[in-house]
Amino acid sequence: LSLIRSTAFLNAYVTVAEETALKQAEESEKRYRRGQPLGVLDGIPIAVKDNFNTAGIETTCASNMLKGYISPYNATVVQKLLDQGAVLLGKTNLDEFAMGSGSTDGIFGPVRNPWSYSRQYKEKTLPKSHSENEESNWVITGGSSGGSAAAVSSFTCFAALGSDTGGSTRNPAAHCGVVGLKPTYGLISRHGLIPLVNSMDVPGILTRCVDDAAVVLGSLAGHDPKDSTTIQDTFKPFELPNWIDVSKLCIGIPKEYHAPGLSSEILALWSKAADLFKDAGAKVIEVSLPHTRYSIVCYHVLCTAEVASNMARFDGLEYGYRADMNKSTESMYAATRREGFNDVVRGRILSGNYFLLKQNYENYFIKAQKVRRLIANDFVNVFGSGVDILLTPTTLTDAVPYMEFIKEDNRTRSAQDDILTQAVNMAGLPAISIPTALSKRGLPVGLQFIGHSFQEKQLLTVAKWFEKQVKFPMIQLEEVKRHECSIFQHQKSVT
Amino acid sequence: ETVTVAVLDHLEHLALVDFRNAEGVERLQKAIQFADQLHEVNTEGIQPMDSVLEDRCLYLREDDVTEGNCTKELLKNAREKIEEYFVAPPGNIPLPKLEERDTFLQGS
Repeated sequence: LSLIRSTAFLNAYVTVAEETALKQAEESEKRYRRGQPLGVLDGIPIAVKDNFNTAGIETTCASNMLKGYISPYNATVVQKLLDQGAVLLGKTNLDEFAMGSGSTDGIFGPVRNPWSYSRQYKEKTLPKSHSENEESNWVITGGSSGGSAAAVSSFTCFAALGSDTGGSTRNPAAHCGVVGLKPTYGLISRHGLIPLVNSMDVPGILTRCVDDAAVVLGSLAGHDPKDSTTIQDTFKPFELPNWIDVSKLCIGIPKEYHAPGLSSEILALWSKAADLFKDAGAKVIEVSLPHTRYSIVCYHVLCTAEVASNMARFDGLEYGYRADMNKSTESMYAATRREGFNDVVRGRILSGNYFLLKQNYENYFIKAQKVRRLIANDFVNVFGSGVDILLTPTTLTDAVPYMEFIKEDNRTRSAQDDILTQAVNMAGLPAISIPTALSKRGLPVGLQFIGHSFQEKQLLTVAKWFEKQVKFPMIQLEEVKRHECSIFQHQKSVT
Repeated sequence: ETVTVAVLDHLEHLALVDFRNAEGVERLQKAIQFADQLHEVNTEGIQPMDSVLEDRCLYLREDDVTEGNCTKELLKNAREKIEEYFVAPPGNIPLPKLEERDTFLQGS
C-alpha cells in the first residue's frame, strides 16, 4: 500500500481499497497460521481494471457517467479471486469505457509508464535538467488497461485484471514490460465486466511472468451460468512444465504482420525470435493471413455498432450520473449522456448508430460481419495446415512520449496501435504478449504468440520457453521524489 | 458525399447524444470514410458472422429464481426515487425538433 502511495504519480490507480485490503490480508494471515490457506492465491495482492464491477468499491470506467457508482455485486472474475483469498488492492485507471490505446483519455488523467522512471530509460534520454526531463519525456503505458499494466510493472501488485477487446491487455503489457494474456473468447466469464463489444470482449490477465499468468488463469477459467457466452466444457487448470521441448512445433510467421510503421528494431527482434525457435529445432514457416489489413476497419464498424447498443443503458435513471433536466424523459437522457460521456465515447455511439441505420445496415454492419468471417477463416486455414503457434510483434514501436501521443486523436491512434492485436479478437483466439527486450530508448518491447482456440496450455508452454530464452531485464526503478501535482489528488482510499 | 443535416439530426434523436460541434460532425465523416474501405473486400457468398462460438449450442439454464430480493441495494444507486420506484420525468414527449433544440446542428 505504501508503494502505491509512493508511486501515485504514475496515476495507475483510480481507487485504492486500503481498509478492505488490510482486512483481507489479516484474514489471509489467520488462515495461513491455521494451516488452511484457500489456495495458491491466498493473500496475494491483485488490482482490477476499473471496468469490472466490485461490490462496495467504486467502479467508474474512468467516466463521469459512473463516477460515484458503487456496484452491488462483484464481477464473476473478481468474486473468483476473492474466493481464493486474493487481496484486492484497488481499481486501476483506463481510457474512458476502455476506448483507446493509450490509457490517456479517462477523467482521472493519463497513466504514466513506470519505465519512464527507470534507470534504463533515463540513461538513454538526452541529458537536460533532471525535472524537466521527467515532466516532458514520460511515456505512455499503452491501453486501454494501462493502469493494470503499470501496477504490475511497478510491483504494486502480483497480478492485475485487464480487459481485451482489440488488444487492450496485450498492448500495455508490451509497453510496460509485463506478460499480457488474452484468453480464448468464451473461456472466462464476462459477467460484471462492463461491456464494450459483447462478441469480442474478454477479461485479460497481466502478470510479471508466464507461470503467474497460468496460475491466475487456472482460478478464473470455466463455465459461468451467469454468462451464456462461456463454454460448457470443463476447464482443467494446469501447471506449466519446467523442461520444454519446442522441436516438434511448427511456428507460423504471418507476413502481413510486417505492417507499415513497424520499427526496424522490432522487426529485427521478431526475426531473432524466429531464429531462436529454428535453432531449437522447431519448424518455422512464413504464412499468410490475407485479410489482416481489413481487421481494423471491420473492428471500427462492429465496435461502434455494439458500443451504440451497449452505451444505451446509461440514461441516468437507475444508476450513474443524472443531469438536472426534468422536462421529459428523452431530454433528461440526452442531457445526462451529453454531460456524462467524453468525446470519444459520444463519437463512437454516433458512428455506431450511423452504421446501424436501415439504409446502412447491409452495407456496413452486415458487410463487416462478413469480413469478420473472412478474417476468422484466415486463422482457421493457417492453423488447419499444421501451424501450432503464430509469432508476431505486439506493437509497431516502443512506447511513445505522452506529448507526442496526444498530437493525434483517439481514433487515429487506436487504428494505428491495434493493427497487430485486433484480428485475434475478431477470431476469438488466445494470444499472449511476452516482454522480449529493451529498445534503443531503454523501453520494453513485447512479442505476441497466438494459439489455437482453447489451447491455452500449449500457448503458455511455448510462451514460457520463450520467456526463459530471452531473459528480459527487471525494471530498475529509481528512488523517485514525490511529485507535488494537483491532478494526482483524486486518488483516495475507500473507507 | 457528406452526411445531410437531416441524417445528423436523426442520429442525435436515435442516440440521444449530440455532435457538440463541427469537430463532432467531422469525426463522423472521417469514420464513414474509414469504414468505406470495407467495400474493397469481396464477400460474395460469405455468411455474416455473429459470434465466434457459432458452432456451439447456447444453453439455457433452468427457469428457477436463484437470487433477488435486493430492491434496497438496487435503489441505492438511483439519484431520484420514491418508495420502490425509479422516478423519471414525463415520457411520451419527443425530443424537440431541430429548430427548437439547443444543438450545434441548428446553425447548419
